Amino acid sequence: MPTIIAAAAVLVIALLPQVAPWLQFVLTLAIAKGFAALGVAVLLRAGLISIGHAMFFAASAYAVAFLARAGVNDLGLLLILSVLGGAFVGAVAGAFLVRYRAIFFAMLNLAVSMVFYALCAKLYGVTGGTDGLPVPVPAVFGLVLGEPAFKSVLFYLSLGLMVLVGLAVRRYLNSPLGHALSAVHTNEIRLEYLGIPVWAVLLIAYVVSAALAGLGGAIAGFAIGRVVPDFAFWTASGHLVLIAVLGGIGGVPGAFIGALFLELLHSAAVTVTDSWNLIVGMTLIIVIMFMPQGVYGLFARKEATSL
Amino acid sequence: MSNTIIPLLLDSLASAALIFFAAVGLTLVFSVLRVLNVAHGSLYSIGGYVAASICLFIASRQLNPYLSFLALVFSALFVAAIFGPLIERGLVRWTYGKSEAVQILITFGLFLILEDLQRVIFGVQSFYEDAPMRLLGTTSIGGVVYLNYQILLIAMALLVVIGLRLLINHTRLGRLITAVVTDREMAQSIGIDTNRIFILAFSLGVFLAALGGALATPTSGIAPGLGADTMVLAFAVAAIGGLGQIEGAALASLIVGLARVLAIYLAPSLDAVAPYGAMLVVLLIRPYGLFGSVTARRI
Repeated sequence: MPTIIAAAAVLVIALLPQVAPWLQFVLTLAIAKGFAALGVAVLLRAGLISIGHAMFFAASAYAVAFLARAGVNDLGLLLILSVLGGAFVGAVAGAFLVRYRAIFFAMLNLAVSMVFYALCAKLYGVTGGTDGLPVPVPAVFGLVLGEPAFKSVLFYLSLGLMVLVGLAVRRYLNSPLGHALSAVHTNEIRLEYLGIPVWAVLLIAYVVSAALAGLGGAIAGFAIGRVVPDFAFWTASGHLVLIAVLGGIGGVPGAFIGALFLELLHSAAVTVTDSWNLIVGMTLIIVIMFMPQGVYGLFARKEATSL
Repeated sequence: MSNTIIPLLLDSLASAALIFFAAVGLTLVFSVLRVLNVAHGSLYSIGGYVAASICLFIASRQLNPYLSFLALVFSALFVAAIFGPLIERGLVRWTYGKSEAVQILITFGLFLILEDLQRVIFGVQSFYEDAPMRLLGTTSIGGVVYLNYQILLIAMALLVVIGLRLLINHTRLGRLITAVVTDREMAQSIGIDTNRIFILAFSLGVFLAALGGALATPTSGIAPGLGADTMVLAFAVAAIGGLGQIEGAALASLIVGLARVLAIYLAPSLDAVAPYGAMLVVLLIRPYGLFGSVTARRI
């Protein structure tokens, strides 16, 4: 039954742009952010909250821009290389970040991402400063498409990737490696005594989450056509955590549901009011205050560990 | 060389002093309430907006310009009296004892709300009112011209460090705060009204942030986005010093100020990177900050 619902939902999303073409960009961006939020959600399983994942989002988008400038001009190749780039940055940063827990983990992620942000904004010669870099329209399997056609291809490719990557991540979370994450959350010492290297478990999760954020960033870069340092600002990271927590109820699809909900609400709200963040902030607080069981056992956890 | 370094140093120290006000409030709130308030930067900018509005009012009515000094302090008190109890009682107290993720998210929600409220109330144009700075004038020593206002900022930061230390070590309220910080349950069981301490400590934190914002208006002006920028800087300073450490925050703002001077002198394009770079280096070597203690890790 859940499979049928999910399939129907994907079908509806696929058909929506045929009815309302302006939705295509909104949906592409929502899926892109969904990938990044899914990355954050993977780490949340282990009780680690990262306020810095926008860095991988941005790093990957910058990687696309750099590679395109260097002459790489194929959508598939650009996506793969940039995701690998995001994963690589994740492996380097993760190698020392996963030694920390709780607020220190959050803080260090923030620090690293803000160094990255400041470098992107300041190294004008390399990154174009706050103007950012253009992301040109690449060829798709050798076909050179016009911009509208490319945006459609990008949308359907993202949708396909959402299903495939979503299934892969669910597989990962249901594997022993994925269950080890929840075990880190519950009792880390017990895990060490069982002979499971917590460091390795977390590093793998960190690289996976960075790669997911990177995939989202690359798609967002293509969809927007430009990458700017603000991709990596800490409030962007905060929004990713927000999506991950809002959607956390639904496991893997939750991240995408959260992102879709937020992006659609956003495009509906901007026509009425400028105070979009006001609405988001209130929603966030209300959800956390009054639907605690919806917020992924974050509440249940503290009672268990405070003994 | 001294002709270029010393004004630069003074400039950096003055801006470090402003960040210190925000950081010490953040660190104080964290040590008493054990909540990292992500909306702290917004209270800084609200303090700035209120101060700028009052100063502009004073200027437009052609009242005695020296009133604007009073206005700076008054606006910080005003913001603290309104937002301190409101936020602590209305929102933050529900997160006591919850996981950091919940605390960070709730206060992030508050941050989003406060940022938009400022946009609605004060608009998106920047506020600038430099009457207090002009009134104080400049001093010239050895051919180098200094802004007296910057010296005042540094002096006030020092006063805050000493004042807070005196408050905590030598007053009844300070001892109560120390008791609550050391062992919240024990403090409660011997009859200390912890709720009152929480409200007072949180409001004091808000006051310090708003004071920083108010004092910043004459030098740099207030514009949208200031709250977000201040938040990370205050966070960096508080983290370098060790969360919960007052002197740590003071030393950390000195380090950040000096790091900026070095960056401007050696690689001018990197001055914005310097605070975060310093934070990264310190946290990698000492995750608990310079003055922090090793208690929080779960392994």
